[in-house]
Amino acid sequence: MAQIHGAVTIESERCKGCDLCVVACPCSVLALQPKEVNDRGYHFAYPVNEQACIGCAACAMVCPDACIEVYRVVEK
Amino acid sequence: MNLKYTCAMTREEIIKPENKVYTRPRLLNRNTMHYCPGCSHGVVHKLVAEVLDELGLDDKAVGVAPVGCAVFAYNYLDIDWVEAAHGRAPAVATAISRLRPDRVAFTYQGDGDLAAIGSAETIHACTRGENIVIIMINNGIYGMTGGQMSPCTLEGAKTATTPYGRRTDLNGFPLRVADVVALLDGTCFVTRQAVHTTGAVRKAKAALKKAFKNAIEKKGTSFVEVVSTCNSGWKMSPAKSNKWMEENMFAHYPLGDLKNTVEPEKK
Repeated sequence: MAQIHGAVTIESERCKGCDLCVVACPCSVLALQPKEVNDRGYHFAYPVNEQACIGCAACAMVCPDACIEVYRVVEK
Repeated sequence: MNLKYTCAMTREEIIKPENKVYTRPRLLNRNTMHYCPGCSHGVVHKLVAEVLDELGLDDKAVGVAPVGCAVFAYNYLDIDWVEAAHGRAPAVATAISRLRPDRVAFTYQGDGDLAAIGSAETIHACTRGENIVIIMINNGIYGMTGGQMSPCTLEGAKTATTPYGRRTDLNGFPLRVADVVALLDGTCFVTRQAVHTTGAVRKAKAALKKAFKNAIEKKGTSFVEVVSTCNSGWKMSPAKSNKWMEENMFAHYPLGDLKNTVEPEKK
């Protein structure tokens, strides 16, 4: 069985903390920073449960500010 | 059992240029968008940038920006833009497509711009069958000016100018613009999409691609309505307004293709 590994990078300075990526993620990888804020004062998104990422790009597709990049490796 | 499967890859091993599956579209430039957090405009901008790039229209497309929240669209997409007077974007796009037939003109308008002050321009551009793409963002509110009632505001919806909800005896009924233009002979492709989930985003992208292809092939007017959210105007969180849209907006504005004369439905 092939194993899928994914990873996301989030430009935290562009993120406006809208929470849409957190809702869209099917594997509960992302969360909003509970306390920390970026220069604009938004609680930005970050990968809290990185090991679960499958690189499906659902978060990046619904991100209105296009600040998410997605990487995927399929290990055979 | 193969031990290889049990050891996870590290982040550094995964994040390599050859493993990239989704990135920021090339035609979307680095300016930070002025839209509120969670606004659907950002997603539609991204889709337009992706579609124009995929169709190789980066030097050929001319966008017409509206008056409304998307008034600064020319700051975000790296193509040629014209700013039109309030509601007059389809008229300006008509001029562009007639004077420069080698270019692909499209308008990007909100419901306050297209359905209220610009309804005449929209309807007549569609009746003439101009080879343009009209993209309508329907969030049922005037977002930029502070959440007033627009023609597409749902019945009973509370806005700044209808604080007790829209009343049909006083304010009339919400206007289904896509259904109106689907009746006109000049339109070749009329569709209604949304961008609230991944699946909806993919469908909206396919619809936009079809619309731009029709404009390249000079098939007639293509009209893409995107039912979207205005979480600041609706006074909800982005996730909650997506849910509200699914429950209330889709009942009045059902998604799907309303007209497609270019590719008739296969039976």
